[in-house]
Amino acid sequence: MSASPTIELLAWSGCPSHTAAERELRGILDELGVTDVSIVTTWIEDDATAAERRFVGSPTLRVDDEELIPPDPSDTFALTCRVYRLADGGFSPTPDPEQLRRALADRFATTQRVAPPRGRQE
Amino acid sequence: MTQPDLDFTLPAAGGGEVSFREISAGKPATVVVFTCNHCPYARAWHDRLQDVARDYADRVGFVQINSNDATRYPKDSFEMMEARVAAGEFATPYLWDESQEVARAWVPKATPHVFVVDANGDIVYEGAPDGYHGAPELRQWRGEPGQWLREALDDVLDGREVARPRTEPIGCSIRWNAANAELDQGPSPAELW
Repeated sequence: MSASPTIELLAWSGCPSHTAAERELRGILDELGVTDVSIVTTWIEDDATAAERRFVGSPTLRVDDEELIPPDPSDTFALTCRVYRLADGGFSPTPDPEQLRRALADRFATTQRVAPPRGRQE
Repeated sequence: MTQPDLDFTLPAAGGGEVSFREISAGKPATVVVFTCNHCPYARAWHDRLQDVARDYADRVGFVQINSNDATRYPKDSFEMMEARVAAGEFATPYLWDESQEVARAWVPKATPHVFVVDANGDIVYEGAPDGYHGAPELRQWRGEPGQWLREALDDVLDGREVARPRTEPIGCSIRWNAANAELDQGPSPAELW
């Protein structure tokens, strides 16, 4: 029996946004009907670990060590709050919900039934 | 509220120096915002704070300060501040508190942390700019609840006691340098939001 897929939430305790990120992540997984996924939080608390884990800021979401939302190439590895860009061009401490939804659907659609977006009829 | 030593004189991105005394002279209210370049909360609220500054420019003094340790956070360097000012991102002076002496006096908990000072030198509001950085309806003033900074300014300008004098600031904690490390209080309580 294969292990259930895992989403790794890399977080730094100096930034307050990981709680909201996990809440939003769980909400989107529920909406998508993805149930067999674990969320594991990895705390990044020093610069050496940030560099080793290629951590550009908190929160960062990965599956199989691949970024769900790829960072900007100019971002450096550091203990910091991660800046996400929203679809409207604005800044946010957490990922754009629709971008995250698409990333999760792409990642898990082949292994689980994915429900249509909220409000859309099949 | 405990009053810090309000006055300061700091270098401004874009040139010159600016003092609190100068900004507040003749104004019934003055807004001091501790902010920075690197923090997503400061960036998310930024445009709305500039909207407030522009809307009240004829009646209210307004200044923004970066106190973060740029050796730990290069995006918060004076050069990066100047680049943002040159790009027209700021509606007010953007000041560099390199020594962190001003932050030590005012003790902001996060970026952004907003203070409103009345003509008597009393802090009559401190906290977050408004109810939630991600609420599009709060971008413009249309009377929606949660416009805490605007509501505080309107109270002061109308001669009323500020109805909501304090809210919980949310954002990135101030990045203190080694000399001020004892002030590091960790993250602000975002989970309350």
